[in-house]
Amino acid sequence: MSRLIDADELDLLSIGAWILGTGGGGSPYASHLVARQFYEDGGRIALLDPDELADDDLVAVVSTMGAPLVFQERMTDAAFALKPVRMMEAYLGRRFRAVMTVEIGGCNAFQPLLVAAASGLPVVDADAMGRAYPEAQMQTFSIAGLQMVPHVVSDIRDNDVIIPSASGWREMERVRRKLCTEYGSVATTCQAPRTGAEVKRHAVLRSLSQAIALGREVRRARTAHEDPVLATVAAAHGKRLFTGKVMDVQRRTTEGFLRGSLSLSGLDADAGARFEIKFQNEFTIGHRDGAVIVTTPDLICVLDSISGEAIGTESLRYGQRVTVIALPSQPIHRTEEGLRHVGPRAFGHDIDFRSVFEEHPA
Amino acid sequence: MSRIGIDVGGTNTDAVLLEDGKVLAAVKSPTTADVADGVRQALADLLAAAAGLPAAERIEAVMIGTTHFTNAVIERRHLDRVAALRVGLPANAGLPPFIGWPKDLAGVMRGSTHMLRGGHEYDGRILVPLDRAAVRSEAHRIADSGITAMAITSVFSPLTDECEREAAEVVREVMPDVRITLSHEIGRIGMLERENAALLNAGLQGLAQRTTAAFRRALRDSGIAAPLYLTQNDGTIVQGAVAERHPVYCFASGPTNSMRGAAFLSGLSDALVVDVGGTTSDVGCLKGGFPRQANATVEIGGVRTLFRMPDLISIGLGGGTEVGEGGRRIGPGSVGFRLPEKALCFGGDTLTATDIAVAAGRLALGDPRRVRALPAALVRDSLARMERMVAEVVDRMKTDAAPMPLIAVGGGSFLVPDHMEGISEVVRIEHHAVANAVGAAIAQVSGEVDRIFSGVERETALDRASREATRRAIEAGAEASSVQTLDVEDIPIAYLPGNARRIRVRVIGEIRRLTTQSSSGRPCSPGPR
Repeated sequence: MSRLIDADELDLLSIGAWILGTGGGGSPYASHLVARQFYEDGGRIALLDPDELADDDLVAVVSTMGAPLVFQERMTDAAFALKPVRMMEAYLGRRFRAVMTVEIGGCNAFQPLLVAAASGLPVVDADAMGRAYPEAQMQTFSIAGLQMVPHVVSDIRDNDVIIPSASGWREMERVRRKLCTEYGSVATTCQAPRTGAEVKRHAVLRSLSQAIALGREVRRARTAHEDPVLATVAAAHGKRLFTGKVMDVQRRTTEGFLRGSLSLSGLDADAGARFEIKFQNEFTIGHRDGAVIVTTPDLICVLDSISGEAIGTESLRYGQRVTVIALPSQPIHRTEEGLRHVGPRAFGHDIDFRSVFEEHPA
Repeated sequence: MSRIGIDVGGTNTDAVLLEDGKVLAAVKSPTTADVADGVRQALADLLAAAAGLPAAERIEAVMIGTTHFTNAVIERRHLDRVAALRVGLPANAGLPPFIGWPKDLAGVMRGSTHMLRGGHEYDGRILVPLDRAAVRSEAHRIADSGITAMAITSVFSPLTDECEREAAEVVREVMPDVRITLSHEIGRIGMLERENAALLNAGLQGLAQRTTAAFRRALRDSGIAAPLYLTQNDGTIVQGAVAERHPVYCFASGPTNSMRGAAFLSGLSDALVVDVGGTTSDVGCLKGGFPRQANATVEIGGVRTLFRMPDLISIGLGGGTEVGEGGRRIGPGSVGFRLPEKALCFGGDTLTATDIAVAAGRLALGDPRRVRALPAALVRDSLARMERMVAEVVDRMKTDAAPMPLIAVGGGSFLVPDHMEGISEVVRIEHHAVANAVGAAIAQVSGEVDRIFSGVERETALDRASREATRRAIEAGAEASSVQTLDVEDIPIAYLPGNARRIRVRVIGEIRRLTTQSSSGRPCSPGPR
């Protein structure tokens, strides 16, 4: 049932979404502030269960894209979030029934809430990744083979572009990435519109509620002085993989991404062991003492061992005490087509995916 | 070369006279409501203690560390109203200045807010041209409102400060006497956090001017002609004139001074430090003689900032901590500076951590006969409990499995056990109770650059950043030959072309020896411009 999101849930969403960012996605801090301010001024945002969508309802799929470092100076706000949505409506000659995010991980969890604050549209309790991923073709609508256009990329100065056609998802991704760079490495998007039927069939359903529930559990554990990392693992049916200290972080920019690796030295039960994680904006693959033990699409999250706070790939530092956990991926990501888009090979690692959640690995 | 270091804490004002790395005299006196009175008293005591020493005639510098500015923010006192001028529209319109602030603090400090077009991109391109006409008309509105303090923040100003400078020029044409804080002078990438810092700074400048003037008077009254420096939260100092302009850099300098002093007095540069005071114990980690800095954002009085702060964990355990329930409850209450009247060993009525230590024979203080009646089991159990608290907090701070030395300082350091797991040695040092004043006396000057470089090789960019940081350190009063790099960090930026990377370099150096006092009374340039 459609319901109003309450003010407290905004804080919880911020905590949960940052964990689901798996190191990428950008900090939700600024977007969360905008939403909180909207609530303090008396505004409210409606959350729509996907089942409430009629099959022919039109849903806007939105995001902020760019470099997280730039987000620290040029933040998304409600009007900027709404702009590409209005352009899409003008282009289509139709109004949207509701709005949803491309990715629940990181700052984009709040993007449809900002659109809602500016427009009054309800937010669909769903996303198209179930986490954060760096590129457009990694969303479930792409894996499902749906149309990738029209796609609006907006600049704060009104140098907006509508991409009416593209030869494929990857090609469209490369074109819009160049636009984004020209705009100062921050852009807002309104992606190919989805029907209610498409959302219900191909989106990751009720992921906002799940992110809020995750945030609630972390906060409960913190307040009760329990271990918030273990609480996260329990709440999200995840696995603790490693506890250690950051010994080294290497980052390099190649092909427009933040790629690198994180090296940990074990503590407590993991004393004496090493753990290494590679990332491309998000964490993609983890090795323990040289052996691969976890890969995308399993969610690899690095949390502060004491506060349970998620740590982004851009803010990892020598000496941090962290715990690596894995959370289960979406079923669609584990299909053959899903793995082609987001499996280890999609990130340049020539190995097969084997989930840490398989009871008895072959 | 001799120096005086003073730490103005919440309870005590400590002062030391240092020459050629030796503590010649050390005194403690109570902090007073007018902080300058306490400084004057500490100086009088110190000079009396050092009477006859030639060092007292050769004082080259006085370094003061003070919690005064932090406390002003925390207590919402002595703060000026501030006009916030933000340059960066059409970006960030939804996040006005003072957003996310505690309501009571915003109520005290928010004068007016003004958002205008302008700002830059990550690579130095112009976002949109600065709207000079709007700056002028807003300046007239601010002038009419009677506000005298102002913070100007422009998007990506740590990369290029053009917009902030230009806006300040226009404002000064309208309001020649307004106090202006430019955000790029005190913050890094992270627009909201930098703006927050600039707003706090603007609101504190009036207090900072009054405070440094009072410190200078205290020096003059004590017959000391040496220049005044204030210590900053990264273990370095700035001249009084710079501190007046940038009081926010003096936030939390107390714990930093204490850790730096511990490093100096022990001769260790890599160690853990526990400072046990009257009410709390702070644990930090020294790396290369400086406190390891916190990674996360730092909240000052509830306001989010990105200040350079030491990574500290604090627990409520100190010499004045109250012990209750037959030794089962330790704190969190503390008699604090009232220890000499409240503690059992001084004839008071409150069982404190100090009494337990006296009863256990670990400390000779007050009258041991007054605690002789305490049951042996209570003494043993509560002492064990307190030692466990110290051991646990020390372990939390440790980031290396190999055993490390732990330096125990502060008036309550008798609570630190001699043996702990993961600790190679508990180091106890002479003058530990005034480690913070020693830390102030040995503070150095620093220069920092935090900027995005694009279109150049990494090595070239690092080299440019180092040279710029060195130039800033020299401007701030460092001896050029002593400048060395303390910290280098570079982060390539996702999605940006041209090998773009954010580089942060911090250098430090000894204070330039002052051969002659310049006639202007300002021997060095006043710092980064």
